[in-house]
This record gives sequence, C-alpha cells and structure tokens, in this order.
Amino acid sequence: MDSQNPSLDTLRDIKRIMERSSRFISLSGLSGLSAGICALAGAYIAHNWIEADYINGRGSGEIAHDLKNKLLSLAIIVLIASLGVSFYFTWNKAKKNNLPVWDHTSKKLLFNLLIPLAAGGFFVIGLLAHNEWRIVAPACLVFYGLALVNASKYTLTDIRYLGLMEIVLGLVNLYYAEYSLYFWAVGFGLLHIIYGLIMWWKYDKIKTDS
Amino acid sequence: MRNPIGNLNKIFDSRIRMGVMSVLLVNDEVNFNDLKQLLELTDGNLASHLTNLEENGYIKVHKGFIGRKTNTTYSITKAGEKAFAEHIEALENMIKNVK
Repeated sequence: MDSQNPSLDTLRDIKRIMERSSRFISLSGLSGLSAGICALAGAYIAHNWIEADYINGRGSGEIAHDLKNKLLSLAIIVLIASLGVSFYFTWNKAKKNNLPVWDHTSKKLLFNLLIPLAAGGFFVIGLLAHNEWRIVAPACLVFYGLALVNASKYTLTDIRYLGLMEIVLGLVNLYYAEYSLYFWAVGFGLLHIIYGLIMWWKYDKIKTDS
Repeated sequence: MRNPIGNLNKIFDSRIRMGVMSVLLVNDEVNFNDLKQLLELTDGNLASHLTNLEENGYIKVHKGFIGRKTNTTYSITKAGEKAFAEHIEALENMIKNVK
C-alpha cells in the first residue's frame, strides 16, 4: 500500500493499529453460518420429537416430563456443537492472518459477551425451576441479543445489528409463545446463517481473492 | 505561508512510537507483552522507545506483579493524548493541502 502520500499511509496505519489493538477482528463469517446450521438441525429434531409426542396423544397442553428432559439435553448439545464449530472457524481465520486468537482483544470480547449471556443463563435456569416453559425461548433470544450488542464494542461492529434483531425477535416471541420453536429457529438458525454469509462476503472472501 | 510540517511532532516520526501511541489511545492500559505482540517487535527495540515516550511525559508506566512475575503496564497521559491528537491533525492538514 505505497501511495504517493506518506501522510495518508501513516494515518491509515494509525487507524489499523487502533482497530487491531482494541477489537477482535478474526471473528469468521463461517462461524456464524455453521452455528446457524447447528441450530436449525437442532430445531428440526426438536420439532419432530414434539410432533411425535402429539401423535402419541400426550401433548394436551402439558409437555411430558421425559420430552422436557430430551429437549433440554438437545439444547445443550446444540450449544456445545455450535460453540465448537464457531471457535474452529475463528481460530482458523486468525491462524491464516497470523493473528493471535487469545490476546487481550479476545479476552475483552469474551468477558463482555459473557456478562449478559451468563445472566441470561441463570435467568433461564430460574424459569425452568419455576416451570415457566413458555418464556424460555424469548428470554434466550433477548439475553443473547443483549450479549451481542454489548460485545459489538470489542469486535466487528456488524454483530450489533444481529443483536438488535435477536432482541426484537425475542420481544415479539413473548406474545406468540406457542410458536417459540419457530422463533428460536429463526433467531438462532436463520439469522446466524444470513449474518454469517454477509460477514463472509464482506470480510473473508475479499481476503482470499487478493 | 506557515511551515506545512511545523505541527508534526518529531517524537512520533518513529513508526514504533507512533504505533505505541495508537494502541494506548484506544486502550486504557496495555502491558509490555501485549504491546510487543501487537506491534510485532523485540523486547529491546520496544523498551527503548517506551523509555523515550515516558521521558517526554506522553505515557505513564505502572510496575505491578502478577504472583511473583512482574507485570509492567503502560497508559497514555493527558499530555500524550494532546500531542498525538495534534500530530494526527497536522497529518490530516497536509493531506488537505495536497488535494
């Protein structure tokens, strides 16, 4: 990047160093995409289980106890799988760009993501303890959205919009609790896939071309 | 006509010192190893530039410990912020004059 204007180059360098030192920029679009696919697969399995439960004639308002446990285990597996694949693609991207994965920017990102996320986790555990199943999905979406908005100060700013959409989706979901699984699939599946594709197009693809 | 490069700060001519100031302007406190990693430098190279900036009053050094290991962190001073902002402004003015 040698233009005829050294001042402009210096300013560009300053901007680049400021960004790199304060934001974690290795977040990969493929991470979002793969997490979204995990969530959709999970939602599809959950949908089939719930459907089967209805056909067995037990789904008269109350969800059967063993189905609850199965859904809960499924949710935990989906969470672990999506975290795993997201981490893999981000680690991969950092390695390709010769940037450290675990530096003070990723620490700050993780810490600020975890504050609303952990609060949300305990909130949902509390809801389950009180047998409040109807608002679990909206609570997941809202807290996850808040976590993304908070984390957007420490990584690519685009996740702020993803966060805002998750919050809106969660709030609307509050009034349509019977469609929670669909809201959940859209919020964690579809939005992640769309976001992942846009991010990949915007940041990752250009890098591989040049 | 005023000297076009009169407002440029000689201290920030060095790319390393410019890099240190850029990092410290957007981060409250950064330790030696993170600075080294961010700017891709060796120990000795970075240390001499940090001393220079400290002597000019542009950065503050805090020596601390994590367990028994020393942990030296650096932060920007008010004077440093002002000087670096003026330097950036001078660079921007030079670009405007070219156009």
